[in-house]
Amino acid sequence: MARLETKESAPPSLSPEGIASHGLTEEEYRKIVELLGREPNFTELGVFSVMWSEHCSYKSSKNLLKLLPTEGPAVLQGPGENAGVVDIGDGQAAVFKIESHNHPSFIEPYQGAATGVGGILRDIFTMGARPIASLNSLRFGSFDHPRTRYLLNGVVAGIGGYGNCVGVPTVGGEVFFDECYNANILVNAFTLGIAKKERLFPGKATGEGNSLIYVGAKTGRDGIHGATMASESFSQRKETRRPTVQVGDPFTEKLLLEACLELMEQDYLIGVQDMGAAGLTSSSAEMAGRGGTGVELDLSLVPLREKGMTPYEILLSESQERMLLVVKKGSEEAAKRIFERWDLDAVVVGKVTPDRLFRASFNGEEVVRIPIAALTAEAPVYHRPAERPQSQDEIQKLELSQVEVPKDLGATLKNLLDSPNIASKRWVYRQYDQFVRSNTVVAPGADAAVIRIKGTDKGLALTVDGNGRYCYLDPYVGGILAVAEAARNLACVGAHPLGLTDCLNFGGPENPAVMWQFSEVIRGMRDSCTALAVPVVSGNVSFYNETDGVPIYPTPVVGMVGLLPKVERHVTPWFKSSGDLVVLLGRNREELGGSEYLKLAHGLVRGTPPWIDLRLERAVQQCCLKAIERGMIRSAHDISEGGLAVALVECCVGGSEKSLGVKIDLPETMRQDARLFGESQSRIIVSIKENDLSRLETIAEKEGVPVQVLGEVGGSRFIIQPLIQLAVDELKSVWSDGLERRLQ
Amino acid sequence: MRVRIFVSLKEGVLDPHGKAVERSLHMLGYGEVQDVRMGKYLELSLDASSREAVETRVREMCEKLLANPVIEDYRFEISNE
Amino acid sequence: MRWGVVVFPGSCDDQDVYDCLTQVLRQKVEFLWHKDRLKEKLDCIVLPGGFSYGDYLRAGAVARFSPIMEGIVEFAREGGLVLGICNGFQILCESGLLPGVLTRNTQLQFVCRPVYLRLEETDTPFTCAGKKNQLLRLPVKHGEGCYYADPVTLERLQKNRQILFRYVDSKGKTSAAANPNGSVDHIAGVCNEGRNVMGLMPHPEDASEKILGSEDGLKIFSSIVEACEKTEKRAWLG
Repeated sequence: MARLETKESAPPSLSPEGIASHGLTEEEYRKIVELLGREPNFTELGVFSVMWSEHCSYKSSKNLLKLLPTEGPAVLQGPGENAGVVDIGDGQAAVFKIESHNHPSFIEPYQGAATGVGGILRDIFTMGARPIASLNSLRFGSFDHPRTRYLLNGVVAGIGGYGNCVGVPTVGGEVFFDECYNANILVNAFTLGIAKKERLFPGKATGEGNSLIYVGAKTGRDGIHGATMASESFSQRKETRRPTVQVGDPFTEKLLLEACLELMEQDYLIGVQDMGAAGLTSSSAEMAGRGGTGVELDLSLVPLREKGMTPYEILLSESQERMLLVVKKGSEEAAKRIFERWDLDAVVVGKVTPDRLFRASFNGEEVVRIPIAALTAEAPVYHRPAERPQSQDEIQKLELSQVEVPKDLGATLKNLLDSPNIASKRWVYRQYDQFVRSNTVVAPGADAAVIRIKGTDKGLALTVDGNGRYCYLDPYVGGILAVAEAARNLACVGAHPLGLTDCLNFGGPENPAVMWQFSEVIRGMRDSCTALAVPVVSGNVSFYNETDGVPIYPTPVVGMVGLLPKVERHVTPWFKSSGDLVVLLGRNREELGGSEYLKLAHGLVRGTPPWIDLRLERAVQQCCLKAIERGMIRSAHDISEGGLAVALVECCVGGSEKSLGVKIDLPETMRQDARLFGESQSRIIVSIKENDLSRLETIAEKEGVPVQVLGEVGGSRFIIQPLIQLAVDELKSVWSDGLERRLQ
Repeated sequence: MRVRIFVSLKEGVLDPHGKAVERSLHMLGYGEVQDVRMGKYLELSLDASSREAVETRVREMCEKLLANPVIEDYRFEISNE
Repeated sequence: MRWGVVVFPGSCDDQDVYDCLTQVLRQKVEFLWHKDRLKEKLDCIVLPGGFSYGDYLRAGAVARFSPIMEGIVEFAREGGLVLGICNGFQILCESGLLPGVLTRNTQLQFVCRPVYLRLEETDTPFTCAGKKNQLLRLPVKHGEGCYYADPVTLERLQKNRQILFRYVDSKGKTSAAANPNGSVDHIAGVCNEGRNVMGLMPHPEDASEKILGSEDGLKIFSSIVEACEKTEKRAWLG
């Protein structure tokens, strides 16, 4: 069969090993030959391998992701673009997305995390939005694991080092430790931007003859095959994989951000996309795919940082801080002047063609000629076998009668507060600029972050949530809970959810048990999204999070955004004054499966995750929102890991002002440990003025939400009658120093 | 000519980086290590007629930009590469 | 009065200062591009926070050589008011307009948290609206904010009452725990001998509205407004 012959394509690697080293199966190679009508040359093989990688093609997840609801009254752009977009009124739009950078962060934590932040920022400003807030969701191995501290230090410093320098505040996030992440950490980065509704820019290449302009940093050999790497699981080879790690340059990113936003105010631009995973190849092919066009690139024009780079390397490089623009014919010089002002390279490297081909030449010779559709729409889609593993029955077994209730419940509470999963994350977020752009109303540490939108009365609330342990025990319920908790966190600050973005972190999709977990999580998320009326607008799938065949807990992370019509009405989780009543919205149940308490006090990860009734969940959230709108809520806090007792301590000591005590009566309705530390869902602790109780009860009754007065704020003691009596200051120091103490 | 420039903190100026490295070395069993100081190392090439001319130029660069005389000292080596 | 806010490549808090001055204090403000020369007649120039030129060599080291800085040095020599915040403070030290230098935080980490400042001197245009020993609650956010000056310089600063702000706890006392970066003598902000140039590490612009949790930062900006409006001849120059 013929091959597109080029000088450099003396094909050393079209052997079966060469094909396999590109992460392609034999069957996939046969499909490539069929689509091309000939054998690919070496460069083309590289192009296929990145475009057909799991990371770029979503080949194992595509058919399941379709189940997620993506429509809603506020949705302006659903999944498929660089980021999702929702309407926030006044002609403004919120643009947001979450993305994983797990594997690079494990290999080189500082740069891996930093470039993860860089990538998600570019996804947002390519849409025409100015990034104004970031969040992150991190998972590390057990705190005692020898690598954990090194990885934690590097990842946190990397996120801060990049985000701070670009001038985008990090306003919230979550950090969780569990041994299932010992050799495969998770670094999921979320960014939100604000754009004018009628000035959104798609990642589309349209208009025959329009120019492709390369802007930003020069191209080097870094990160070649990063997209393929993200689609492989870890093995002992990781040390030799170091060269594929990209190094970030946040200063260049900042210039790129300002220059792009300046360009977007003019009328020169058609479309734009970040050269992220799979670099120049994916940005140009995907834009042509969306635009129904073709592209023609002259690789000799690409600005290079290193000598002697081949077309293969230029096309697949993942050098950071680069963008590809589609600029109207005739406007090239005007566009270039803007980048010059910011001291950035801007070079015309190709044009949009009508032939629906991906063509690249190098020194006058054509080196790639592939139909766009072969790289995008016709990429393989797999319906991978999924099967519930038999071991699932075993891990769901939990004999509570065998679990002894601790004698000293106060000591158990202190152990929980001191544990890295529950202790204050101050050590982490103090390394992030939380205030730049002067919009931060509620900084890290609350149920959700709140930022104001300058020039309006509005605010946005943002949160990221996920609990891998719940999903491990029951992936369907875990999927439901991830969405429900995110929405509940928004309700606690007074925000109505507009949409969510998801980062789905799983093991290898060829493993039927992993595929079962994946499809169950998706089903759960779908049901939760539908019941709570929250559409999915963007997302990311990260498979192959496993080491030597052992997958991580299935860990979907949900990033949710909500609107506060009047930002000054926002609520924080912390008690405000002595004499306020402490009230529980929702119902305590005797549940301990999958709880932090069970793991910490008894070393058990077993049972079934907490039960949830989505109608009650929605009612509790509505009740909280209505009460906040009517101005009667002084504080509101969701009950999650560590249960009621931990949540109450957080209400007492979590704020920056002076701590307050509390006196609670908890009648004997169930096991003591379940009462204190059980993680029943759909519960919110609120505090109100005493004379607002009947008004709150009226709202709750209308919504069908059980209400229980727990006690009263005040004093310097933390009292849960008849189980716990401790000094608030003592609890505060245990909780505040838990993480820091371990990192000294 | 090739110039190797070493910028280091002046004696007496607190060097938290150096301190941290010293602590780590002690933890790894290198108890004999003392007075770790961390600095910057730069390499550059330049064309010049003579060694003296290079010296003058590089000294100027160091004083103007590469080192902060309030807290930093510098020295450099020139080679004919 | 007329304000200028410098935009270096890598400035991050330029917009924050601009918004605070225009939206909260209703002032006339213009951005000054780093590649331009200073032309306008201005009353006060702000060097904002950020990472000018990436801060890759030393914070503020490269920015001092930008075209705009030449005019600003001249402006300061003639008695014009210059306020450097965070990276702006670093640039002012690097360019010799302020004594001392800002080095890496002793804990070797970027630090972002609210701090209390004690206002030490009120006879400057940056602090004249405040009271001696008054506490202000502002956020810091920096990796290189540890103020250092040799003992001779420190003594001179003390004698000339050039130390305008110190880090303290909520009760107004200095302590290691209240000092976020290890600064010598807990120094958070200083002025020059002429008292018309001030630098500080904390960010008044991020604490100038109730919705942001503190309005204490306004004390600094409104001092400047007061000084400029009250004293045509800039009496603080003595």
